[in-house]
Amino acid sequence: MSHDMSDDKLPADTAEGHGEVAAADNPFADPGLPAHEVRRTDIDERAAKRAERHVSLLFIVSMLATVGFIASYVSIDPDKIVYIFPLGHISAMNFALGMTLGVALFCIGAGAVHWARTLMSDVEHPAERHPIEADDEVRADVIEQFKTGAGESGFGRRKMIRNTLIGSMALVPLSGVMLLRDLGPLPEKSLDSTAWSEATPAMPIQLINMNTNEPMKAEDIGIGSLTFAMPGPSALRPNGLQESDEDFQQQIAKDALMLIRIQPEDIKDAQSAALGFEGVLAYSKICTHVGCPISLYEQQTHHALCPCHQSTFDLSDGARVIFGPAGHPLPQLKISTDSLGYLVATGDFSHPVGPSFWERSE
Amino acid sequence: MKKLSARRRHPLAALVVLLFALAATGGLYAVFAPAEAAKADSSAQSLQIDEGKRLFAVGCSSCHGLNGEGSSTGPSLAGVGSAAVDFQVGTGRMPAQQPGAQVLKKPNIYSQDDIDAMAAFVASLGPGPVTPTKDQYTSTETDAISKGGELFRTNCSQCHNFAGAGGALTQGKFAPSLENVDAKHIYEAMQTGPQNMPSFPDTTMPEKQKQEIVAFVRYQANDAPNPGGLSLGSLGPVTEGLFGWIFGLGVLIAIAIWVAAHTTKAKKS
Ligand code: FES
Repeated sequence: MSHDMSDDKLPADTAEGHGEVAAADNPFADPGLPAHEVRRTDIDERAAKRAERHVSLLFIVSMLATVGFIASYVSIDPDKIVYIFPLGHISAMNFALGMTLGVALFCIGAGAVHWARTLMSDVEHPAERHPIEADDEVRADVIEQFKTGAGESGFGRRKMIRNTLIGSMALVPLSGVMLLRDLGPLPEKSLDSTAWSEATPAMPIQLINMNTNEPMKAEDIGIGSLTFAMPGPSALRPNGLQESDEDFQQQIAKDALMLIRIQPEDIKDAQSAALGFEGVLAYSKICTHVGCPISLYEQQTHHALCPCHQSTFDLSDGARVIFGPAGHPLPQLKISTDSLGYLVATGDFSHPVGPSFWERSE
Repeated sequence: MKKLSARRRHPLAALVVLLFALAATGGLYAVFAPAEAAKADSSAQSLQIDEGKRLFAVGCSSCHGLNGEGSSTGPSLAGVGSAAVDFQVGTGRMPAQQPGAQVLKKPNIYSQDDIDAMAAFVASLGPGPVTPTKDQYTSTETDAISKGGELFRTNCSQCHNFAGAGGALTQGKFAPSLENVDAKHIYEAMQTGPQNMPSFPDTTMPEKQKQEIVAFVRYQANDAPNPGGLSLGSLGPVTEGLFGWIFGLGVLIAIAIWVAAHTTKAKKS
């Protein structure tokens, strides 16, 4: 701060405001602009010089920070983890890049603000408001020109040109509509069946535990437990589903299975109980609303919850929808055991898996 | 022999047979009675069970019945095993503070000896999962964390969130955060399926895989670095968006107001 700024450098009198002063009898009169006040930097050259130095210093810091950004990008090992209070263990590179870029941008902004506040012209420029519309003369002229132009083009006279023009303009948006086709192709029948559909009572498919990659016996599934399963070897896939298969993603989405076990007397839906094996029930893991994977299974209430829009299915009652937007119950897989006691599927899901689609058979 | 059979109708014959029988039972008892050491052992165990039963009567019986047979307010404890008791009491969930959608974790008031005694009593009601030992829930494999991460994402992340931060369930129930949970308690929860959590018995998730999951969860809670700095609870877009809108935009607006509000003026006087 400048202490040696003498009073005589201040203007002898601050300029008067030029509005009317509010009269005592009219409290809403235009108070006008307040008197202009000068800034210290306007009248004290040394203060101005100092402000200038501050601004450049900020810009120089910004430059250094940018250099630091580039330097940390090339020099810091991306895997390096450091401890920085209070952030904890964080990536050294992320921290350095964020800090330097942040400082570089902040200093440019701060420099610009400081410059504007201390050195740039501080004079108020009142701008009167005007109506936006043009005056009558200009408007009449434009309308006249338009009429002349229309007459010269013969637009009103040459009907054929006019109609074809309208036609072509109307058709152009169709090309946009055509592009929507890229959202397709429609699923057609591909959602009607899953890898389980190859299973028949004569050629059942084993249920493979997703954790152990082994087949399971019914007694492995405890009451209140939750297990995830995928289809085992079949005639078409003698090695079972492999990650290298072209349709791997589609298949894991369609085949995903959750296995639970409920005391047989607690199962409310007889049909669902018949599809299971001694209380072991196999349900699709894909929500019938828009297809999120659901397996938030509550073992006491037998409810399965979808985290996306809170559809809730009662797995003890044929996966009936008891809450939320899902349109139909979760498909259930018919299971039983083979001669060695391993759990197998003997057919496809009871309904197509996942959300409804146009071609859905029911 | 002839002499003997000739005297079988002698008046003292019954007495002699009786004496023989008594001697035989006494001798058999001496041979088959449990050895001294075994006797001491079983009495120590039965002492523990007795002690557990006493604690149970005070702390648990009002809901679970005097003999753990259950009542309208608490389920039967036959077959839940010692692991369930160790988990429920060890994390302070039992005795439950109040009924509700979910019994909450609270400070545990029992010593480990008391818990072991109650666990022994409950285990004596029927066979169930046994409290794991340290080497059961500690993995020594070097790749346990990465394998555990894979298993966690298959089996646990749907409820507990990909970073173990926990999440909401239906009607006021929730999956708790796994941060600061004992390795033993994580293991026991998988074994026993407390409250609405499904269980993951050894038959579908072998001991080794549970160890790996425990290793992953502990790593995630303690040592996992957070490459970007603030994790904001690892909850994903909700907290991040809130932080961006309130702190990010809020600070910018505050700065803008400050910049526009005041300009240093040189004042006369
Ligand atoms: S996807 Fe499951 S409720 Fe919407």
